[in-house]
Amino acid sequence: MQAALFYGLSIVAIMCACGVVVSRNPIHSVLFLILTFFSISGHYILMNAQFIALVNIIVYAGAIMVLFLFVVMLLNLNKESEPHKSDLVKIIAATSAGLFSLVLVGVLKGATLPAYEGMMDSENGLVKNLGRVLFQEFLLPFELSSILFLSAMVGAVLLGKKNVQA
Amino acid sequence: MMIFLVAFTKYLIPLIIQLLVVLGFVFTTVAASQYLGPKRKTAGKLESFESGLDAVGNARVPFSVKYFLAAILFVLFDVEIIFLYPWAVNFKELGWQGFVEMLMFIVFFTLGFFYVLKKGALKWDD
Repeated sequence: MQAALFYGLSIVAIMCACGVVVSRNPIHSVLFLILTFFSISGHYILMNAQFIALVNIIVYAGAIMVLFLFVVMLLNLNKESEPHKSDLVKIIAATSAGLFSLVLVGVLKGATLPAYEGMMDSENGLVKNLGRVLFQEFLLPFELSSILFLSAMVGAVLLGKKNVQA
Repeated sequence: MMIFLVAFTKYLIPLIIQLLVVLGFVFTTVAASQYLGPKRKTAGKLESFESGLDAVGNARVPFSVKYFLAAILFVLFDVEIIFLYPWAVNFKELGWQGFVEMLMFIVFFTLGFFYVLKKGALKWDD
């Protein structure tokens, strides 16, 4: 059953990822990306990483995709105004993308995956175990992340808000 | 593989059953209403509804950046909520120490929140 689930989810994920790239309508791309995130969440659940699966749905499929949608809406994507790329640009893009995929394939072919040493605990990804580690072992990064969020908030407001001196 | 399978069934069988029931209910009701309800398609009915007015132009016009700002702030606070889950599950175990840790985290967020409010980033008309 696991193998069937894995292959089913993989096929859905890859098809949707292709849909993101291929679809002409940017809104359709965003919807395909949401489906991709959901199938990746399914993969996380298969690996018993429940917290990551949840976070992936709440943050990525929920919040980040709203951002993507707004970016799409901020841009003026009318059919008439869409710029036509010249043939030279297309050739350059295809060549660089092809070279990149070549490098990727080469690296992955040469890579060996060392076997995981030590006990593999299948319950590592549960919320309880993750919280225990996060609030004891990795406390400092956790607290530092709040400062990161603060700076992100300030940055977003500074960039996005018109400065009106009242 | 065997250990994994045990863990898998132990935690996920109830979840899968609930998922099947939920999805089954949704798809059945939506499909049933599609087939059971009477339909009379006219040009006026098939038009997209825009508060009773005739739709003008294209929906793909650039939006105000204010929407984006609200969305980005939403994402930040969304991530804050995510961190609350592992804390809430371990609440008893972490005790006061965990409480203080989380308090610090939330105080930083609250500082940011007040900054956002003071700057009027969520004010719509200015």
